[in-house]
Amino acid sequence: MTVKQLDPGYLNGWVDGLLLNQTIIGPVERDGHFVFEPINKVSDMRLDYDVTALPPKKFLLPPKEVLMTFNNGAHYQSVFESDPFVLFGVHPYDVKAIAQMDRVFTEKQEDQHYLARRAKCSIVALDVLTISPNNFSGCMDAAVTQEGWDILLSKVGNVYLAEARTDKGQALMRYLAPTPAATPEQLKERERLWEKNKQDQQKHKLKCAPQDLPDLLNRNYEHPIWQERADQCFSCGACNIVCPTCYCFDVQDDVDWSLNCGTRCRSWDGCLLRDFATVAGGHNFRKRSAERFRHRFYRKAKYMPEKMGELTCVGCGRCVSACVPKISNPVEVYNTLWGD
Amino acid sequence: METSIAKEQSAAEKDIYLPQPATLTRVEPMTGLDYFYEVTMDSGKDLGHMPGQFVEVSVTGVGEAPISISSSPTRKGVFEMVIRRVGNVTQALHKKKAGDKVGIRGPFGTTFPVDTNLKGKNIIFIGGGIGMVPLRSAIQYVLDKRKDYGKVVILSGTRTPQDRLFTAEMAEWGKMENVVLLETADQPAPDWKGHVGVITTLFPMVKLGGGPWAAVVCGPPIMYKFVIRELRHLQVPNQNIFISLERRMKCGVGKCGHCQINGLYVCQDGPVFRYKDLFDLQEAI
Repeated sequence: MTVKQLDPGYLNGWVDGLLLNQTIIGPVERDGHFVFEPINKVSDMRLDYDVTALPPKKFLLPPKEVLMTFNNGAHYQSVFESDPFVLFGVHPYDVKAIAQMDRVFTEKQEDQHYLARRAKCSIVALDVLTISPNNFSGCMDAAVTQEGWDILLSKVGNVYLAEARTDKGQALMRYLAPTPAATPEQLKERERLWEKNKQDQQKHKLKCAPQDLPDLLNRNYEHPIWQERADQCFSCGACNIVCPTCYCFDVQDDVDWSLNCGTRCRSWDGCLLRDFATVAGGHNFRKRSAERFRHRFYRKAKYMPEKMGELTCVGCGRCVSACVPKISNPVEVYNTLWGD
Repeated sequence: METSIAKEQSAAEKDIYLPQPATLTRVEPMTGLDYFYEVTMDSGKDLGHMPGQFVEVSVTGVGEAPISISSSPTRKGVFEMVIRRVGNVTQALHKKKAGDKVGIRGPFGTTFPVDTNLKGKNIIFIGGGIGMVPLRSAIQYVLDKRKDYGKVVILSGTRTPQDRLFTAEMAEWGKMENVVLLETADQPAPDWKGHVGVITTLFPMVKLGGGPWAAVVCGPPIMYKFVIRELRHLQVPNQNIFISLERRMKCGVGKCGHCQINGLYVCQDGPVFRYKDLFDLQEAI
């Protein structure tokens, strides 16, 4: 597949052209933070963003989404509503997280609601230009990405290189005015960028290899760190909410004023929240905050890797920033377990 | 070319969260807290379950809850549930009358191994409280195919004598040849002539002998470790102990995360587990 070069003017023209008949969701600055939201014009976007407050998962698994409706007390009917959209400027760690969600909602039993949205989403990935203070994706094999995107943009010198890998990516590239292919020197430069990003996106340095983590956790279920850290935990679930690989959900019925019509919705849930494992009748199977705190680390670095073959922490560092008592830094936890 | 309507309809057919319409064909109170339900799928088909499995029951506008199936698939056409009023959905179900509609998803989960590991063995069933509800499915199955199994011992314990379920049916079981039924209530009552004490106080009366024994256990979380200690005294091996665990099985299809015990999803890897697979697993028992 040829890699095209786009000078910034070309890139702007391309995005503005796409905007004529596509919804584009890109990184935008809001009150000193970056967020993914629909853009109106290319200049809304900040491709030099470091990290967004919430990951782009909110457009694939919305915080609250309607699964079904019911009318006049009759039976439920499935609802699938979504229009095509482009997720633009997604960093490699978030690309990896989306690829994992794709597997979670496809393997064993397909989740048609997730897949309907996902089918309408094209992903334009972007190699990181500004590294956030808590980015440790370089320790988690997630600083660069070779799959999971339709187009990959990399800034090399003053131009962007654009590589399309999929039919969806090719379709978006058709909106691009004729532009030369990348030179061999630019492609080499891109590889140097990848190597540099792998090294530089290690703002917290993991003492062991990520492959060592499942076994490390295997040995440390009773380690005092779980209780020590959880003693300061507010059970607020912020680490769940900001995590690009957390996808647990709750399902509830909402009724309108007639009490006859309504919707069945799913909404985000979090395993750190006090009642996550509580059953009707009140028994809580993970009553202590230390149990909930530990569960999340084990889920990311042991339970899911045992099922999927890869860690489900991508090192975005959002939980490090979001945690009020500053206890959730995965690298600190793993390094403590690893010892000196 | 597939149109968008065709695409949506095919997605709806495959929607793992969409309940199937069903009718409550019998509704009867059993105790102050527990109601009995007979359910007929509107499709006219059998549910297709095996003992130990559960369904997700929907009440429109209220929500969905995991409920264990209480009848044996050897009894065709309908299936049965016994539901205790403990939450929103079960409260709404208690207001339903015969003829009312509900939504059903499932059956989900693993089964008591009635056609494999339990076959040819003597079986001791141990049910605490509403743990008797899923056990009844397996007991009916075993008694309906009586020749395939050895001796049957049934231990049943409830908090008070008024909490006893399936009293008439259990009395019939107790009269059957090669079936021993022992009942107890934690608390005494004026008209209760039976045994008083927690379920483990029945064990001194149990003598297992002759041939391999298997145990099938379901009850409140606190019960398991004490019952398993007793089963060890009786020398029932860990690989022959089958237990059904309760967790918050919200979606039933291994996605929502609520029922996880370490790496296991109770809705798919359970609810029936072999004790051998659980005894070194933290948070399980």
